Amino acid sequence: MEKQAVQRAREAFLAGRSRPLEFRVHQLKSLQRMITDRQGEIATALKQDINRSQYDTPLFELIGLENEISLAVSKLAQWAAPRPVERNLLTISDQAYIQPEPLGVVLIIGAWNYPWALTLQPLVGAIAAGNAAVVKPSELSEYSASLLKALLPRYLDQELYPVVCGGVSETQELLRQRFDHIFYTGNCTVGKLVMEAAARHLTPVTLELGGKSPCYIDKDVDLRVACRRITWGKFVNCGQTCIAPDYILCEPSIQNRVVEGIRQTLLEFYGPDPKSSPDYGRIINQRHFNRVMTLLEGYTATVGGQSDASQRYIAPTVVKDVPPQARLMQEEIFGPLLPIVTVSDIDDAIHFINEREKPLALYVFSSNKKVIKRMLAETTSGGVTVNDVIMHYTLSSLPFGGVGQSGTGRYHGKHTFDQFSHHRACLVKSLGMEEINVVRYPPQNHQKVRRVRLAMRTPLVDFSKGTYIWAVAASIVALGLLVALTVVLILAAGVSCTCL
Amino acid sequence: MSREQLVVERARRAFQTGMSKPLKFRVHQLKNLHRFIIERRKDIADAVKKDLNKTEHSTELFETLGLEGEIDVAVERLAEWAAPRPVEKSLLTILDEVYIQPEPLGVVLIIGAWNYPWAVTLQPLVAAIAAGNAAVVKPSEVSSHSAKVMEELLPLYLDKELYPVVCGGVSETQELLRQRFDHIFYTGNSTVGKLVMEAAARHLTPVTLELGGKSPCYIDKDVDLRVACRRITWGKFVNCGQTCIAPDYILCEPSIQNRVVEEIRKCITEFYTDDPKTFEDYGRIINQRHFQRVMSLLEGSTVAIGGDSDQSQCYIAPTVLKDVTGGSKVMQEEIFGPLLPIVTVSGVDEAIQFINEREKPLALYVFSPDNKLIRRVIAETSSGALVANDCLVHFTVSALPFGGVGNSGMGRYHSQHGFDQLSHLRACLIKKLNLEDANAMRYPPHTAKKLGWARFFFLKRVNLRQLRRMALLALFSAMASFVVQRFLR
Repeated sequence: MEKQAVQRAREAFLAGRSRPLEFRVHQLKSLQRMITDRQGEIATALKQDINRSQYDTPLFELIGLENEISLAVSKLAQWAAPRPVERNLLTISDQAYIQPEPLGVVLIIGAWNYPWALTLQPLVGAIAAGNAAVVKPSELSEYSASLLKALLPRYLDQELYPVVCGGVSETQELLRQRFDHIFYTGNCTVGKLVMEAAARHLTPVTLELGGKSPCYIDKDVDLRVACRRITWGKFVNCGQTCIAPDYILCEPSIQNRVVEGIRQTLLEFYGPDPKSSPDYGRIINQRHFNRVMTLLEGYTATVGGQSDASQRYIAPTVVKDVPPQARLMQEEIFGPLLPIVTVSDIDDAIHFINEREKPLALYVFSSNKKVIKRMLAETTSGGVTVNDVIMHYTLSSLPFGGVGQSGTGRYHGKHTFDQFSHHRACLVKSLGMEEINVVRYPPQNHQKVRRVRLAMRTPLVDFSKGTYIWAVAASIVALGLLVALTVVLILAAGVSCTCL
Repeated sequence: MSREQLVVERARRAFQTGMSKPLKFRVHQLKNLHRFIIERRKDIADAVKKDLNKTEHSTELFETLGLEGEIDVAVERLAEWAAPRPVEKSLLTILDEVYIQPEPLGVVLIIGAWNYPWAVTLQPLVAAIAAGNAAVVKPSEVSSHSAKVMEELLPLYLDKELYPVVCGGVSETQELLRQRFDHIFYTGNSTVGKLVMEAAARHLTPVTLELGGKSPCYIDKDVDLRVACRRITWGKFVNCGQTCIAPDYILCEPSIQNRVVEEIRKCITEFYTDDPKTFEDYGRIINQRHFQRVMSLLEGSTVAIGGDSDQSQCYIAPTVLKDVTGGSKVMQEEIFGPLLPIVTVSGVDEAIQFINEREKPLALYVFSPDNKLIRRVIAETSSGALVANDCLVHFTVSALPFGGVGNSGMGRYHSQHGFDQLSHLRACLIKKLNLEDANAMRYPPHTAKKLGWARFFFLKRVNLRQLRRMALLALFSAMASFVVQRFLR
């Protein structure tokens, strides 16, 4: 079944349907309509999957998606246009440009924590780049997966963008097929399997994985604000966010105040009983519930700690003085447990972070520019937000992706389009001026080589059209002002002018 | 611990000290590399002569010139490339710093190839050094003389721990591939390319694979055949056909096939004299194995020019095959030798179909005076690169990304593309701790009103550049009208 879907998608792509810009824009607008028309059903599915609140759905999934679609629709012509490049003297009268082209049939494997955003945002880029795309939503968010399977064919071209549902064996069958790009969001273990499968067909991959995103709190920072922002980012979606601040690093002297700040914020956000708050989520399934609860074993929670297996509810929990070798610090938590690890100073914090795998996100809270600069210069991570959490995800101009174990490749905005395109180098020469080519033909000698060396120089002037027009316009305006100024000066000097 | 493990370990430790990060250090190393090429020109040329029978000038033209160009560009532009790159902000982040910061990845592995052992092994090294990484260089053992010279001499110019050269064959390469790198850059064939990617997958290491394929060359019947065939002949027989972007085969209409053959014959005589075997600028096949491989491809095809060979010298004459069909042996694999098959097609439609039935090539060549036809070929085919009316030269335009697609590879390099490929482009958002009240719209408990505000702020896009231009224009007009009002009444 999977093989057929891929085959049909490839045939549809080869027919050339997905290439014209109007078609791509039309499909993107249909996708937009689907989200607007079916918002209620999507919210219901998410409530059933993960107890997502009615407002969290648009806030965290749909608004971002709408933003991506409207950006793609308005900029598609610009993104898909040939991109001229700087030429050298040898090619100065030729056309040299990069032409973005569709890759072919791409595979998008979604995740369960934000089943709509993480599955459809890559799809927006894939469609914009002119590809066909096989969409495989995560089976763990089963209501969303079946809703997507029912809805997408009603809005998008059924052959070009099929939805394939299923579990491990269906995904393995899909991975045996040949794609032109595979986009996977999930964990490192499966990420390696995806890349291995891709290697067999020499298929490039984008892997959006995870890791333990550290959150360093400087001792001189405004703790009230810092704790509010951290609390928000940590407990949204019940901690099941790939860029949630996984753990806190701070000096022992401020640890208690940090705990208090978080405790107060939790009260403000979710009330005294988070279980009854409509805005507090649940763990996706029993397996993950057990996994997260196991991490807590042996540690006493300073805040929270309560749970209810029947609802897969875990209270917002903070654990103090967590030792680095604790189980809590060995894997990505992906749940509402916030460990605080104390470090003696910023050097210790940097050392702690660098001993571990490169995370997907790094957070630093400080009002001291030097501290921020050091943190950024001496560590690495997929992305960074300073003095807040998660927000770098919301800017489509920033490339979103990991490094090392947290992933490879990036997307959002134009980056998604570029990721799903082939950037073909095009050089269009003319058949004239053949005499110049004598320098490269045999027999070779020293003089010829010298001339080629000179011809490969790049002129220092930027020949791009936009700069040209702006330069001309600015010169005219400047010249006009100069003339006006000269006239003014002449008049001021008292010279009479007959034109008055 | 194996030798390879030790080398990688040392490189990693050297990288972790942070010494490869400062721009001054990188520029210093790049300038040393440049000095190496200039001071050791003779050693390099001698090695290439022994490996591939290339003359000193050919080596300079095809190997070191491009390398020197890349180093010059990198040294000149490094500060620009490595600087933070500001990006467009949203209404929500208008007061914040938003930029992309290029960072080194760590330790990269560069596996070179034997056909241009210096260019193809050291150009990626330029990118690696420029991006601030450590790099383990593994030259191809097939070009054994070049590998030896590289191993002996490079450590005299570059930092020994950060940029070690590891020589060896299959088992040494496999041992290297078991180690953990932050990026692997491989140039070679698809079969080994798959193995490299599989090995990389075990550590989630990103890869750049510069592979090959059969690069088609379509000749339109209305083109100036004299010029077209000169350029094709040059591109094909340089380095005895052992170029990844050489025009692998010709596609043309039957009516011009004989003229194409004649023009190529004239060019071969002009470039390589009547006896290419004795001409110093005509190369040799790298070794016996490849010699046998290329000779066996002749099976079943009609020789129009050349066809003679001398096994003792690994010499194959510049050869053209006519009336070749898609099923011929010579059309089943990348030739990588001086055999130029001509396949006849009824027109550009059949040519496009022929090309699309096969794997995406590394390069595609079109010879035509008709821009519409060229544009059609670009629109209806895909390839790593496309050059109209010439061969190979896109390699010299450093601003063009050099790389394949599909079976011809993934990733790209040259100039800034190489720097970006071997860097991590880290997204940075620097906010302040004030204006906390504005964040209320995102915090629970959620309400419809809050959501309305959030929607407004998230969805509104601000084009700062346009605003700035508008503001400047307004300022100019205000000044101009002021001047007019005040003084020119």
